[in-house]
Amino acid sequence: MRVEAGEVHGFLGPNGSGKTTTLRTLLGLIRSDGGRMSILGQEVPAALPQIARQVGAIVESPQFFPHFSARDTLSLLAGAGEVPQQRVDEVLELVGLRDRAGERVKTYSLGMKQRLAVASALLKNPKLLILDEPANGLDPGGIREMRTLVRNLAESGMTVVLSSHILGEIQLICDSVTIISLGRRVAYGPVDEVLAQHSGGGVRVRLEAVMDLPLAANALHGNGYRVTANQDHLMVAGVDKPATITRLLAEQGLYVSELAPVTVDLESVFLELTNTAPVPGQHRQVDQSVRVDGAAPSAPTGGGWGA
Amino acid sequence: MSLFRTELRRLAKRRFTRWMTAGGLLILALVVVGLFATNEKIGPEQWAEATRAADRSHAEQVRWAEQERASCERAKAAGEDVEYYPADCAEIAPPAREDIQAEWYLPSTFIFKANAPDMLVTLAGILAMVGFVVGASFIGAEWNTGGMMNLLLWRPKRLNVLLTKLGALLTGMLALALSASVAWFGILWLIGSWRGTTEGMTSGVWQSFLLTGLRGVVLVLVAATVGFALASLGRHTAMALGGAIAVMVVGQAGLAILLDLAQVRFGEAWLLPTYVYAWMTKTLTLEDWRSCNASYTGECNPATLDITWQHSSILFTVAVVIFLGGALWTLRRRDIA
Repeated sequence: MRVEAGEVHGFLGPNGSGKTTTLRTLLGLIRSDGGRMSILGQEVPAALPQIARQVGAIVESPQFFPHFSARDTLSLLAGAGEVPQQRVDEVLELVGLRDRAGERVKTYSLGMKQRLAVASALLKNPKLLILDEPANGLDPGGIREMRTLVRNLAESGMTVVLSSHILGEIQLICDSVTIISLGRRVAYGPVDEVLAQHSGGGVRVRLEAVMDLPLAANALHGNGYRVTANQDHLMVAGVDKPATITRLLAEQGLYVSELAPVTVDLESVFLELTNTAPVPGQHRQVDQSVRVDGAAPSAPTGGGWGA
Repeated sequence: MSLFRTELRRLAKRRFTRWMTAGGLLILALVVVGLFATNEKIGPEQWAEATRAADRSHAEQVRWAEQERASCERAKAAGEDVEYYPADCAEIAPPAREDIQAEWYLPSTFIFKANAPDMLVTLAGILAMVGFVVGASFIGAEWNTGGMMNLLLWRPKRLNVLLTKLGALLTGMLALALSASVAWFGILWLIGSWRGTTEGMTSGVWQSFLLTGLRGVVLVLVAATVGFALASLGRHTAMALGGAIAVMVVGQAGLAILLDLAQVRFGEAWLLPTYVYAWMTKTLTLEDWRSCNASYTGECNPATLDITWQHSSILFTVAVVIFLGGALWTLRRRDIA
């Protein structure tokens, strides 16, 4: 997993795949079995004391001492981290808690605690911001504000690593993604590339004359394409260069009226890559997802939530 | 240094710290009120009243003796054999007036020199309990609410963080114990002045008192450290408090009964309060009443065992090393959940 400076990186995986464990390990909360990690060019956990000041993080659900106010909580963190106290008010304003900052955290909703957690991570004005499920518990307006906030932070030069299950948000916010399953990476790269790589190279083909579709299907099939015939169009899979289809059909006297790549969204790619798509009538268990260690993928045995 | 100051602020801001400190001080205030209410200064008036009380008591004794002698003589005349009367009824005589001392009837008075050491034990005991629970809660609540994890994201050097927190706790408890001790001495002195006497204080006595007070402060710090370390080991305040209750109920009350049933020699030597008391009083002598060490006069004296403050200091050191060492070791080794 590699995150370039200044980008917003989505870190995705099914429940239990190891996202939070990875982030905890990166932040020195869990001892690693092996491997190599570095943040801002420095090996961790050895260099954590030196770079901690430049890394803001929230890991999993926000937890704070319930009897302190948000301002007290942030003020104490600022004191521990030698951050100027004026920064407390700045981040409270930033996350929308200014007017409720004097109330005890135990009176806060989950969304407000989440905002406080983000505020605590932003307190250091870090170079790297790690947010584990930052939209958890936020209302729709809050989710949109979080999206804007993250984009603004990235534009200001901050690198953001975002773990979330709200894949629509990830697709909107992130420049690149890493998808893991059972602790192993199954996809990595810029969002567009990951989507393109896993769209299956599918294109939708329409002809001027619908009656020519069987001829076109035979021609494409004869040239090694996987073709699915529909009533008014063909779906062709495994297409590297859509122009070859145009040329091939034109050579047969068949003229294309529409040639459109089939778009996929991150959710469908995620479900495909992790093999966690619900199957009606079946109940997928938490650890039933793709295993990338040479063993056969563990097929889901059920549909799970939403099935 | 910023972390230390922040942790001191956190300690002072915590409601539990404030309530427990206030609770401890309230108990001490009640002790003061009790001392003030139950003691009074001894003057001519009190001596006169005590003398009158002694006279009344003597007169009552005389009356009782005469009644008993008359009963005895009646019983003898009737030929009754009453075992509890002497052979010669004339032997039933009242005590002499001088045998009944007036000072027995003096009201309770606070003698600073004699009573202050016990009061210092009271102060140290209450503050040690406050130190234990405040210490346990200070780190236990941090673990329990995720505050420790948040802090470690800012300060990844785990042992530094834990030891700085402990340092802040001990600094706070030291400030509390020192100021409470000074105030305690002052209040006891005032009670002695108003409700007793402050006579007999020499520099040696003052030095002894100061050393006792100092040992009390150390006891408070040891209790706070052990509470802190236990809660850190269990990552929850309840670990320390549960452990303390278990020790008191099973380890002390239960063990005391067991030792008594087993007729273990110097059974108290196995009980923690013995060492706390020995620490404060420098020496505690345990006696085995089932033994007999005959003196040259033929008197049968019980065997004794001295528990000294040095024994207590070894116990306290071992406890601190084991619990705090364990807390540091586990913090270093275990993952932060």
